[in-house]
Amino acid sequence: MEQLRSFIKKEFYHIFRDPRTMLILFGIPIAQLLIFGTVIKSEITDIHIAIYDQAKDKTSQEITHKLLSSGYFILDKNLESLDDIDAIFKKGKVREVIVFKNDFGKNLVKEGTAEMQLIADASDPNTAKLAIAYTSAIVNDYIKKLYPEMHMPMQITPEVRMYFNEEMQSAYMFVPGVMAMILMLISAMMTSISITREKELGTMEILLVSPLKPAQIIVGKVIPYLFLSIANAFVIVLMGRFVFGVPITGSFILLMLETILFIMMALCLGILISTVAKNQMVAMFISMIGLLLPTMLLSGFIFPVKNMPIPLQVLSHAMPAKYFITIIRAIMLKGVGLFYVWKETAVLIGMTLFFIALSVKKFKIRLE
Amino acid sequence: MIEIQNISKSYKEVKALNEISLKVNNGELFGLIGPDGAGKTTLLRILTTLLLPDSGSAKMDGLEVCKDFKKVRHIVGYMPGRFSLYQDLSVEENLNFFATVFGTTADENYDLIRDIYYQIEPFKKRRAGKLSGGMKQKLALSCALIHKPKILILDEPTTGVDAVSRKEFWEMLKNLQKKDITILVSTPYMDEADLCDRVALIQSGQILDIDTPTRITEKFSRRIIQVHAQNMYKLINDLRAFENTEAVYAFGQFAHFTGKNDETECNELDTYLHKLGHTNVLVEEIHPGIEDVFMHLMESHNR
Repeated sequence: MEQLRSFIKKEFYHIFRDPRTMLILFGIPIAQLLIFGTVIKSEITDIHIAIYDQAKDKTSQEITHKLLSSGYFILDKNLESLDDIDAIFKKGKVREVIVFKNDFGKNLVKEGTAEMQLIADASDPNTAKLAIAYTSAIVNDYIKKLYPEMHMPMQITPEVRMYFNEEMQSAYMFVPGVMAMILMLISAMMTSISITREKELGTMEILLVSPLKPAQIIVGKVIPYLFLSIANAFVIVLMGRFVFGVPITGSFILLMLETILFIMMALCLGILISTVAKNQMVAMFISMIGLLLPTMLLSGFIFPVKNMPIPLQVLSHAMPAKYFITIIRAIMLKGVGLFYVWKETAVLIGMTLFFIALSVKKFKIRLE
Repeated sequence: MIEIQNISKSYKEVKALNEISLKVNNGELFGLIGPDGAGKTTLLRILTTLLLPDSGSAKMDGLEVCKDFKKVRHIVGYMPGRFSLYQDLSVEENLNFFATVFGTTADENYDLIRDIYYQIEPFKKRRAGKLSGGMKQKLALSCALIHKPKILILDEPTTGVDAVSRKEFWEMLKNLQKKDITILVSTPYMDEADLCDRVALIQSGQILDIDTPTRITEKFSRRIIQVHAQNMYKLINDLRAFENTEAVYAFGQFAHFTGKNDETECNELDTYLHKLGHTNVLVEEIHPGIEDVFMHLMESHNR
């Protein structure tokens, strides 16, 4: 026990005395959270538009006014001819051009239909789609208010409700994802690097010659990173709550317990990597390419699993992060209890045990 | 204390050790002497349970290195060839860490390391990575000794250390020997052989000879003539061209000459060299040193 304590103390010295480790442990999580928080967004603001108003009547101007006062759009230019449309898109700043046809208001009153055209720059398809959707919504809203009694034939107006995330806040999506990614990064990469570093510097030779048991070495390596990762998880959840306003509807304790489970899994994975990797470089590569990228791409964090080709869907089942993200989304947003996530929890426990067993078995008690 | 029997070890195609057998007695200071790549480190790693031999067996204080490796690890102190302490831990922290790992404390066995440790004690708050080469070596030795091992194994401890520190280091080893520790040390420096009780000469994974340094040189029956002249390069070439030459080796300031059947006399060489226009010629017969023996054993072995 004394041996283990001394080992853990030594491990903390390594961590706190190495600026690089400290940066990875505490700088990267916060930076990543803030970067993802501001970059991944499914809502739009300040889209630059141009308007070619051929009608220039009361209705078209009212619609223009309504669009611009919505906060989503900024008017870049009023166009004078059709040729201008092409030119302005080529400049790149304007994302959408709205064209009102001649006699827009007159036709609307007289014939009940009027023509307007929405042209979007689809070189960025997401933004284009969103811009069109927002514009149509605003225009429809205006028309409805103008003619509340008007019923178009066979018109179906779906009432959409985004459950659990009513405003489609992207923060709700990325906070669990970033959390899984950061914990994976810190836990797996840092432990694998710290063990391979001992191999590289030759200190492993002395540790092996000492009476320390493999289990003691492994536990001694894991515990410091376990504590630091838990601290990190705390920071992420709190930042999610207070910076990005992600609620924690479920039990905070359950959330933390599940997080600890995921951290344990990642730590064991890190140890497994270190038993295979010969030096820090290899360990880092395996963790980055073998863990981080799949975690980002296949876990459903950025791209929905259901849209993937079948082989990748199958592969995604092997991603521990997928289960973790499902669990924390359920706890944070839906507020469910353990009863609803027991399957995912069981999978994570199974994975953890599997990695522990494998790494203890693979841990070399000798050189080579 | 250490018994090695027919140990062989290969790395893929390279045979690092070939049927090595040797015995180190209790309380002995035993030197494993050979050039780089002779297999010294491999042998020491097998003894410290870090590697498994392909065949053969070894016992440390009666304990099998393969089977009882856990027990062996308690009684062995090991100092690897490379400085293998934590560079980002201070001198004191390193010592305390290794003490606890071996289930003891720095105070408990302080007697054993006092003579060594007191020299680096003024720097005990300094990080190990910032120590000088000689100090690092003393710290490494202190850490290897902290659990009062019965057997101390040192892999090229004096490589890359200045002459003064080397001398000091050997004195430390002599002192440790008095405290009833069996010491097995490897070194590529032939001149350190004389400081050991017994030595094993090792080359290409094979043992050439095992004996006390004096016996090794006494057993050697060849006559060695030491030659010096102004132009060493020309001297060696000329000596090699001499009709009765068997071997000529450069030894720093001198060339060591062995004649065919040891029939060449000093004055014979002297006249030969003067005739070729050498100046400052100095020719004398000397007692062979370990290195002379080693060179000849290697030569005859390779043949």
